[in-house]
Amino acid sequence: MIHIKQLKKSYGEKQVLAIDHLEVPSGQSFGLVGNNGAGKTTLFSALLDLIRLSEGSITNGDVDVSKSEAWKEFTTAFLDETFLIGYLTPEEYFYFIGDLRGLSHSEVDAFVGQFEHFFHGEVLKQKKYLRDLSKGNQKKVGIVGALIGSPSVIVLDEPFANLDPSTQIRLKELLREWPQQKGVTLLISSHDLQHVTEVCERIVVLDKGEIVKDIKTQTETLKDLETFFAQKSQEA
Amino acid sequence: MFQFVSLQWKSFTRSASFSTHLAMKILIGFFALYFAATFAIMGALVYPFIQNEMALDPLLTVNQFLIYGCFYWVVLRYFIQKTPVVNIAPLLLHPISKNKIVHFAMGKTLSSAFNWLGLFFTVPFSIVLVVEGHNWGGVLSWFVGVLSFVLSTNYLNLLINNNKVGAIALSVLAVLGGLHYVDVFDITVYSGPVFQALYEHPIAASIPLILLVFLYRAAFSDYKKGMYLDGGLARQQTEAKTQDFTWLNRFGKTAVFLKNDLRLILRNKRSKSTALMSFFFLFYGLFFFTGSVAMYNGPMWFVFAGIFISGGFLFSFGQFVPSWDSAYYPLLMTQNTSYREYLNSKWALIVVATVFSWLLSIPYIYFGWDVFFFILVATVYNIGVNSYLVLWGGAYIKMPIDLTSNKKAFGDKQAFNVKTVLLSIPKLVLPVLIYFLGTLYSEQLGLALVALTGVLGLAFKNLVFTTIERIYVSQKHKTLWAYKQK
Repeated sequence: MIHIKQLKKSYGEKQVLAIDHLEVPSGQSFGLVGNNGAGKTTLFSALLDLIRLSEGSITNGDVDVSKSEAWKEFTTAFLDETFLIGYLTPEEYFYFIGDLRGLSHSEVDAFVGQFEHFFHGEVLKQKKYLRDLSKGNQKKVGIVGALIGSPSVIVLDEPFANLDPSTQIRLKELLREWPQQKGVTLLISSHDLQHVTEVCERIVVLDKGEIVKDIKTQTETLKDLETFFAQKSQEA
Repeated sequence: MFQFVSLQWKSFTRSASFSTHLAMKILIGFFALYFAATFAIMGALVYPFIQNEMALDPLLTVNQFLIYGCFYWVVLRYFIQKTPVVNIAPLLLHPISKNKIVHFAMGKTLSSAFNWLGLFFTVPFSIVLVVEGHNWGGVLSWFVGVLSFVLSTNYLNLLINNNKVGAIALSVLAVLGGLHYVDVFDITVYSGPVFQALYEHPIAASIPLILLVFLYRAAFSDYKKGMYLDGGLARQQTEAKTQDFTWLNRFGKTAVFLKNDLRLILRNKRSKSTALMSFFFLFYGLFFFTGSVAMYNGPMWFVFAGIFISGGFLFSFGQFVPSWDSAYYPLLMTQNTSYREYLNSKWALIVVATVFSWLLSIPYIYFGWDVFFFILVATVYNIGVNSYLVLWGGAYIKMPIDLTSNKKAFGDKQAFNVKTVLLSIPKLVLPVLIYFLGTLYSEQLGLALVALTGVLGLAFKNLVFTTIERIYVSQKHKTLWAYKQK
């Protein structure tokens, strides 16, 4: 589904991302881990054509993202609060996305209705604008917004951060089941090794912009990752 | 205390828009200098002027009119002076007493020109008084009393930070002034002796001093009480209403963005005040058509006026497309939509607002049918040419807009932007030039040419939009980057 070739991104002299080759097959749950500054958000931003590559190319479903915009039809993302429109209510925000993705208001209502449990009664019909919601509730809105319109590629940056423990558990269930049912390629990044190993079939570790590990998730993966990052903390 | 000052300095010099800030400060500095000089000259010369030209007692006369000065000062403060912002929340946990923080925040307001500009008048005036043989003790107490009044208004502004007070003061000023003017009631008869008492009975100066201390303490305890995250430091929330604007659905995909644009304007302080401001452009024509400003007479200026009258929204709001959406630009860039749909909705909004302004301007017929035609032709030009030019220019402006900030319009860095001014020139000068070329033959041809340019622009909309869209695409990554810098 996603194909990265000879990718390089640098700011001035400083190289922040260098990926020779990376392929994410269709329907895979792909996890990206790494310390701050490892290049996770940069990689996702490049995939969404929000930053220009210095070298190389990224194709998403046979579309070179820097040349055509056709990838937008089947790709959704939630990276940070710049993906939310602060002066809208959650309902209006969902309708807006629905409108752009060809869903009627009643279809959006029905779709969003199934997340009532996930929202825990704190999002819908609260008479609040998104800018006045707590960080956690904003995140819930952003994540659900990214599920609207049957995308085949979903990109989520740090979906677990800022969520309360119960919502983290619900989100884990959601992210495990959703891609399987809908055949979605899911890309997430996380600092939480436990969560990411529970959700993703494959985990790639980025360090200083380079891929240092590419593992198929197994029972011992969590331990492997913990050992790796423990070593990193020794080095520093 | 020094750390506070250094923090303030850093927040000033390290702000992303430091250079525009600095330019603004320098400009304001010049204004302040100008006023200071004017006041100083007035302070020095008012005494001999009143004595020689008006044959009145100078101190008595100044005291009489001081009441107007006081009201005027309150009005100015409430409408122009910005209340100080010290970034307080991060300081709360440090071993600095709250009293100290509040004293600093309140002390900082003293640096405002509103507090010391008056001194440029009172100091020379007091010196002249003493030189002319007034009792120096009385002059000193008068001076202290007046200064206390001025500073009291400063803390009144802090205590009741509400524009209503300014509005009330303005109406009181207008009513008193009006009554005085038509000789019904003269407040100065009563207020003059009060200020005169400051001179004659030095003990009277203690009254304004006590007032000052009282207001300072009141503002102090008010601020201190608000030093909690859920108190005065909290952001105010408004209850949200869902607005569907279903009547817009007939416009198809353009409607999706139009709805958001309407909500944007209605729900954010910044855009709301901009939209309101565009309304005042309507009255700009009065300068031209009433003939009150001699320089503005002549049909060239009428074209100019027409562009302004119908283009208020176009200039004040349109200028900052796409910056209005800067806070969530990445969302728009990853959604299943094209620049053309986005631009189309902004264009539609501008066109509707322009037509609406034109409708509101119809009463200008009062100044003659030719005025009506001038505005009509300018409206066509605004729709057919200027609407594209603002969208085109917007691709280069790239200044993130914080929708929630409630800065007063005057002194806002966005209002002072060289690029915006430069981009305004073709929008204003070009139609005047086209008109001028036409008038070489006849006035009617001038008008017809301007209108024709507008109609042609409208006819080639698709072509123009393709070009603008290409520019937006080419600027996309730079714009995204710029919006990240806050």
